[in-house]
Amino acid sequence: MTTATAPAPAPAPRRAPGRRSALSRVLGRQPLGIAFAAPYAIFLAAVFAWPLGLAVWISFHDYFFTAPGASVDRPFVGLDNYATVLSDPDVRRSFYNVAIFLVINVPLTVVLALLLANALNSPIRGRTFFRSSFYVPYVTASVACVAVWLFLFSEGGMVNQVLGGFAPDPSWLVNSTLAMPFIAVFVTWKQLGLYILLYLAALQSVPKELYESSSVDGATKWQQLRNVTIPGVRPATTLIVILATITGANLFTEPYLLTNGGGPDGASASPVLVMYQKGIEQGNPDVASAIGVILVAAVLVISLINKKFLERD
Amino acid sequence: MAHTVVTGPQAPEQTTPVLHGPEPRGFSLGTLARYVVLALGAVVFLFPFYYMLVGSFQAKSDTSIGGAFPIGGWTLNNYTEINSRVDLVQSLANSGIFTAGVILSTIVFGVLAGYALAVLHFRGRGVLFASMLLVLLVPFQLLIIPLYVMIVRSYGLADSYIGMILPFAINSTAVFIFRQFFLQLPQDLFSAARIDGAGELRILWSIALPLVRPALLTVTLLTFIGPWNEFLWPFLITKDNSMQPLAVSLANYLSNVAGRASNPYGAILAGAVVLAAPAVALFVAFQRHFTSSDLGSGVKG
Repeated sequence: MTTATAPAPAPAPRRAPGRRSALSRVLGRQPLGIAFAAPYAIFLAAVFAWPLGLAVWISFHDYFFTAPGASVDRPFVGLDNYATVLSDPDVRRSFYNVAIFLVINVPLTVVLALLLANALNSPIRGRTFFRSSFYVPYVTASVACVAVWLFLFSEGGMVNQVLGGFAPDPSWLVNSTLAMPFIAVFVTWKQLGLYILLYLAALQSVPKELYESSSVDGATKWQQLRNVTIPGVRPATTLIVILATITGANLFTEPYLLTNGGGPDGASASPVLVMYQKGIEQGNPDVASAIGVILVAAVLVISLINKKFLERD
Repeated sequence: MAHTVVTGPQAPEQTTPVLHGPEPRGFSLGTLARYVVLALGAVVFLFPFYYMLVGSFQAKSDTSIGGAFPIGGWTLNNYTEINSRVDLVQSLANSGIFTAGVILSTIVFGVLAGYALAVLHFRGRGVLFASMLLVLLVPFQLLIIPLYVMIVRSYGLADSYIGMILPFAINSTAVFIFRQFFLQLPQDLFSAARIDGAGELRILWSIALPLVRPALLTVTLLTFIGPWNEFLWPFLITKDNSMQPLAVSLANYLSNVAGRASNPYGAILAGAVVLAAPAVALFVAFQRHFTSSDLGSGVKG
C-alpha cells in the first residue's frame, strides 16, 4: 500500500488569480490542499501503511513481546514463520473454515439481498417499516445479536423445541459439521441489511424503459430478472461480493463468542481467531503476523478475481 | 466491523421507486408474493430482537414456544443482576467516549480531507485518493498484531481512550462520502468566492459545509456503528474493567460469569438490550438519512 506522506503544510500563497508561481508548479494550484489532507494522509500512513509494513517485517523475524523501551535482538529467520504457519493443522483448519464460510455466506447474501431489495423496490405499503426492519441487525452490535442467538439455538433452546425430533444432535453450536455453516448463516442475517440498501440503490438506476419494452415483447418476470435486473445491478453485485469476502476474512467475534472460541475442537475457528490465540494469548506475534500477511494477500487476490470475473461480458 | 459502504451524493429518497414493468392496479398475485417475502423477511430480522426484549424482562427463562409470548412473570431483576456484574453506567460512558471521539475526529478531519480531494488541486491528490480506496479493501482485523505491538507495547496506550480511538480515528468511508458530496457542488461557486477574496477555510466553513449538511448526519450515523459495536480492538487493549466499553464487558460476562447467575440468559439479554438500544433508536429516529439514495453513486457503475 502506498500513502502520501504529505510534506509540511505550505503557507497559502497570496497571489493574483491566474498567475502560476514556481511554488504552485511544485505543490499544485492550491497547496493549502496539502494542509487540509495532511491529517488524513498521516492517519493512513500510521494506521495502515506502517502496520502493514510492520506485519511483513515481523513475519520474517523471530519476534516476541518485550517491555516498552527494551532493546533485544530479533534475528531474521526468512520464511520460517510461514513454514510454521502452513504446516500447522490449526491454521490450515481455520483457512478451510473460512472457505466453508465464504461458500455459504457469499451466494446466500447475494441471492437474499437481491430478492428482498427487489421486493422492496415498488410502491408498497409499509415500505419504510420493512426497509428499517431489515437493517436493524446490521446496526446492532454483534455481541448483542450473539447473545440472543445463543439463547435461541442452545441445546434446549426455542429452535430445537420447535424442531422437536428434527433438532440436530449434537446441537447446532457444538456440532462440528454445523458450527461453521451456522456462523455463516448468522453473519448473512447480521449483514444483509446493508447489502439490501446497496441493491436498492443500484435498482434505481436500471432504466425503466427496459422493463417496459421487454414486457411488451412478452418477457416473463423470470426472464426480466435474468436479462434486465441482474445485468443492471452487476456493479453492485461486484461490490457486495467483495465486501462480503472482506467481512468473512475479518471474522472473529462470532466464533469467539457463539462457539466458545472456535469450537468444537477448532471446527469453527477463523484465521483472525487463530491469530489472536497464537499471537496474543500464546505470545507468538511473528507466527500470527505471517497468518495476517497471507490473509491480506488472499483477500486482495480474491477481490481482484471477483472483479474480473463479475465484470466480464 | 466491515469497512461498510462506498457511498455517494444524495437526492431525497424517492417516494415512487422505479417500477418493475407496468404494475396492474389492484391486488395481483405478484403483489401478494411481494408482501409474503417482505413479511417473512421482517419476521426473521425482527424476531430475535423481540425475543431479546421479552427475555430480558422474564423472571425465568422459558425456551418453549409459549415462552416467546409470556403473560406473566415480568421482572426488572435481570437488569439489576447484569448491573451488579458489569458496571453498566461506566461501560456505557466508555462506549460513549470511544464513539464520540471517533465521530468527532472523523467529521473534523474527514471534511477537510474530503474537501481537499474534491475541490483543491494539490500534489499527491491522486495518490491519496488511490490509497483511500485501497484501505477500504484491507481487512482491518488483520492488522491487529502490528497495531497491538505499536499501540500497547511501544506507546503504552493500553487501557486508554486514545489507544481505543486511534485505529478508527478517521473513517475512510466517511472521507469518501464527503468527497462525493463536495464533488456535487457547482465548481463556479468556489471560483466566485475565491475571486471575492475568501480563503479556502472560509469557503469550506461558510459556503460548502452548509450545503452538505445532510452528509454530516449520514456520516455520523455510519461512523457511529463502527466503534459502538466494535469488539475485538477494545477487547485486546483493555484489561482494566473500568475502561471497557459495554460490548467488551458484556462479552466477558457472556464467556466467564454467566454460569453462576440465577437466570444467566435473562441477565445477558438485559445487557444485550442496553447495548442494542442506543444504536437501534438512533437509526429508527434518523432512518430518513440512511437510505439507498444516501448510499448511492458507488454502486451505480
